[in-house]
Amino acid sequence: MNDAGVTGPTVAEGVGAAGSPPGPARDEVTARPARGGLVRSLRFADAGLVVVLVLLVVAGTVTSDAFLTGSNLRNILVSSSVIGVVTVGATLVIIGGGIDLSVGAIVALASVWATTLQTQSYGPVVMVLCAVLVGAGAGLVNGVLISYGRLVPFIATLAMLVAARGLAARMAENRTQLVTQDAIKRIATTDVLGVPALVLVLLATGLVGWFILERTTFGRRVIAVGGNSEAARLAGIDVRRVTASLYVISGVCCGIAAVMIMARTTTGSSTHGSLYELDAIAAAIIGGTLLTGGRGTIVGALLGVLVFTTITNIFILNNLSTDVQNIAKGAIIVAAVLIQRRTPTRSAPVTT
Amino acid sequence: MSENPAQPLIDRRRLLFGAGALGAGAALAACTSNSPAESATTAAAAATTSAAAAGTPVTIGFSAPAADHGWIAAITTNAKSQAATFGDVTLEAVEGSNDVNQQISQVQTLIDKKVDALVILPFDGNALTEIGITAMEAGIPVINLDRIFASPRGSRTWIGGDNYGMGVAAGRYIGEQLKAKGVSNPVIGEIQGIANLQLTQERSKGFADALGTFGFKVSRQVSAEFTVESGQKVTADLLQAAPKLDAVWNHDDDQGIGVLAAIDQAGRKEFFMVGGAGSRNAMDLIKADSGVLKCTVTYPPTMASSAINLARLVAQGNGMGDLVENEIPASITLASATVTKENVDKYLPLGFAS
Repeated sequence: MNDAGVTGPTVAEGVGAAGSPPGPARDEVTARPARGGLVRSLRFADAGLVVVLVLLVVAGTVTSDAFLTGSNLRNILVSSSVIGVVTVGATLVIIGGGIDLSVGAIVALASVWATTLQTQSYGPVVMVLCAVLVGAGAGLVNGVLISYGRLVPFIATLAMLVAARGLAARMAENRTQLVTQDAIKRIATTDVLGVPALVLVLLATGLVGWFILERTTFGRRVIAVGGNSEAARLAGIDVRRVTASLYVISGVCCGIAAVMIMARTTTGSSTHGSLYELDAIAAAIIGGTLLTGGRGTIVGALLGVLVFTTITNIFILNNLSTDVQNIAKGAIIVAAVLIQRRTPTRSAPVTT
Repeated sequence: MSENPAQPLIDRRRLLFGAGALGAGAALAACTSNSPAESATTAAAAATTSAAAAGTPVTIGFSAPAADHGWIAAITTNAKSQAATFGDVTLEAVEGSNDVNQQISQVQTLIDKKVDALVILPFDGNALTEIGITAMEAGIPVINLDRIFASPRGSRTWIGGDNYGMGVAAGRYIGEQLKAKGVSNPVIGEIQGIANLQLTQERSKGFADALGTFGFKVSRQVSAEFTVESGQKVTADLLQAAPKLDAVWNHDDDQGIGVLAAIDQAGRKEFFMVGGAGSRNAMDLIKADSGVLKCTVTYPPTMASSAINLARLVAQGNGMGDLVENEIPASITLASATVTKENVDKYLPLGFAS
């Protein structure tokens, strides 16, 4: 968002450089979606991350017998699923030039709202709908404040972070609400074709996110808005609507994640999802998403999530204390970004 | 896409969407209620009070951290319900805060209001010491609850739990059980709360020391953050790291809900587990005896009720009923009780809702 202001004077050139005449263009701001998007996204920013992941797997295998077992790999995937779903939404927001600091708080609020005794009395389907609607609603508030109320995303979502957690705590009366519906709890233990249901939810969300970003006009608009919102506006994109939609998508992801966390922990609580905003942003960034927007991939962000979960897993398998874990985590984040920078990436859009 | 020249007067899609959103909003609003709530266990309020005869009316100021955790929430609830049982006590409770600056200024406000006694559970004992001393010098007796001040001058009386003793109780129970079963080289897991807190370290030390007397040691140690979610997460990893366990101690029953969820999801039942703090939920599970949770070692939030009693006594210039002295003691350390299936009924009323 800052970017747009700083690069204001170069806007016209930016549009010219993008290769589409400002006037009549409506939808096709950037070049039409290239074929083989999934492969392409793997080729660029994510190659470095795959290297990091492979190194981690080697480290895990060498240091612990328990690492390379079916049940542990499954455990890593399941552990990644909740934060992974949140990361998909948060990454889209970042690519669109925004930031969503409220994801963890929305997860908490949705989990509490969906586990009140009143909601639970209507059964599991209503609980799921409730969580998703609460997520979407909170996202809509974010989106409207940012795009139509012209609040800086950082501030608007920071306000939502505080308020949503407060509301969650109030609603739950500072208690942990137990899930009594077995159907919800069963989500955590169900397998479909040998794959845990939670992992399938992550895969589905990731796939939808990837499809939206790489295969739809909306996705191209998101990238255009994130790269240079002023140029996008001049090119005829309804920037405000695109931006608002992104926060709603992020909110929906949080709602889905809330259901998953309810299944995992068998509770709804205002403490759920703490620091998810940082985890999601960190995963997106080490996954090659540009914090200023305009560039990034869902695949990369999900690889980022896997890296973080794998690190934690390896540390616990090796019985290392939390302080050592935290030191090493910091070092590994820096290392991952450095390794990644050595791999070729697309040049960042719009420079003066 | 939208610049349609022949747009109908009312955009039907928008209308439908708007109506749908309104309906969803109304339905959601109906879902916020928690009203058929469990009839709040106002823990053990009136049951244990002695010297309940009404005395001179006193005002007691109360300040504690924000109730973001079942245990702290119980502290505040207990203090309020205990004060309500006395006709001669008015409780001035300030809104809980996890910001030490704010807590200091709140206590200052209470001092300015000239309350007759203060009960303070500081967010950080060291940070609140100065204001404790200020209150004492202003002639207001301070009951320091649980997290201890850096200087004894800051309080008239300290009352709190025994973290080391809690670890010892857990270690002793696990040691005895394993000895009785004849396990020679047991794999013992420990799930801490927030690792860098003093209280966590004391608990772990007590646990290790007690296990040591049986010749056992902790094989696997992980730390969560006192939240359900973190408990679930670290336990899932712990269970991968240790394919076979004999016993587990989880420091905190609030995070224990997540710990037990992870154990259920992994389908593990070859070991037994000991909890910590003594939540109502944990006690119900111990009573039911259907899962791995066999025992919990208490860290009772009823200490807040006792602190209100102490504040009342000290403000009215009385000693404790069953002691000979004219003054209340300067420090009271509560024992950590070992709650098992055998004695759980006695402790159930003291269990707090997590």
